[in-house]
Amino acid sequence: MSIAVGTDDVYERELVNASEAGPAPKRIVVGYGFWIFLLSDIVMFSALFASYAVLAKASAGGPTGAQLFSQQNAAMETAFLLLSSYSCGLMTLAANSRRYFRTFLGAAVTFLLGAAFLTLELREFHSMIALGATAQRSAFLSAFFTLVGCHGLHVTIGLIWLVLMMVQLAMWGFRPVVERRMLCFALFWHALDIIWVMIFTVVYLMGVLR
Amino acid sequence: MTETRLDVAPGERPRIPASEHVTSSGVLVYTIGLLVALVLTITSFWVANTSALWAPGVPAGLAVLAIAQMGVHLVFFLHITSGPDNTNNILALAFGVLIVFLVLGGSLVIMANLDQNMMAHTHLSNSDHAGGLTHDSSVNALIRRYRDASKA
Repeated sequence: MSIAVGTDDVYERELVNASEAGPAPKRIVVGYGFWIFLLSDIVMFSALFASYAVLAKASAGGPTGAQLFSQQNAAMETAFLLLSSYSCGLMTLAANSRRYFRTFLGAAVTFLLGAAFLTLELREFHSMIALGATAQRSAFLSAFFTLVGCHGLHVTIGLIWLVLMMVQLAMWGFRPVVERRMLCFALFWHALDIIWVMIFTVVYLMGVLR
Repeated sequence: MTETRLDVAPGERPRIPASEHVTSSGVLVYTIGLLVALVLTITSFWVANTSALWAPGVPAGLAVLAIAQMGVHLVFFLHITSGPDNTNNILALAFGVLIVFLVLGGSLVIMANLDQNMMAHTHLSNSDHAGGLTHDSSVNALIRRYRDASKA
């Protein structure tokens, strides 16, 4: 029994409830389990957001968000991550129809856009630290580096994961296990973009309001 | 032969009948999502920088735009739908959203409340300090006055 995406047979035949049919295929179970993990990850981020929101004004006489943040930089980071989420979606489509070239192309574009995002973020951190705005300076900066740095760490892990997936795809082809891992990677990458939406709103836009 | 009605894994597009294949091809779905997300992002940056809007309302507007964009990402990129094959995904998401709101809202309300009370307390201890309460003799005087009052 296959669960190929887009089969019309499902609609033609008599339907049986899933509960009567035994355990679901591994792809569904794995995807669902990873979905639960992502939601728990988002709950962890909500705690970091809460601490940031509480401490956002606690700059202890040091530099404030309005002085440090560049909206232009944040806009470029947002664009890079959104476009990489899009190319990741196109990569998933290519992988579902088992086209090697398009999958590799989508992965390469996703990787480059993700790496561009990470470069901008690290450059921002570097310039802030050069100004003396380190995580030790104030509670606001501790919360900022924890929240944004944790997201950046996730992006870094995602980039490493993407490279590993392309190596596995090149070595093993579209095996079920590779396809499941690529499904999880796509979920992970889209979830990171959702968290970034919250970060650019709460940190970069609300932080520079008059 | 009967076919099983299976759930859809999160991130996977639901099975759709052949008649809808043209109008909801995968690329089209992602492209619509990208365009709507772009519009919402640009609106957010505009709202944060314009002086045309009532300033106290701007944070609420930004929050609404962010939540809308997260919804767009969920629907167009993660393919979370309201269909019966997505019930499990939706329920897990609803639970996650509940916890997120409890953590965020709870922390903000409690910390704002605590902040107010701490302010009052700080004023109190400052005035006590000015009155010389920390000085030994004045503490003793206070205790003596308390004893006298309880005797009477």
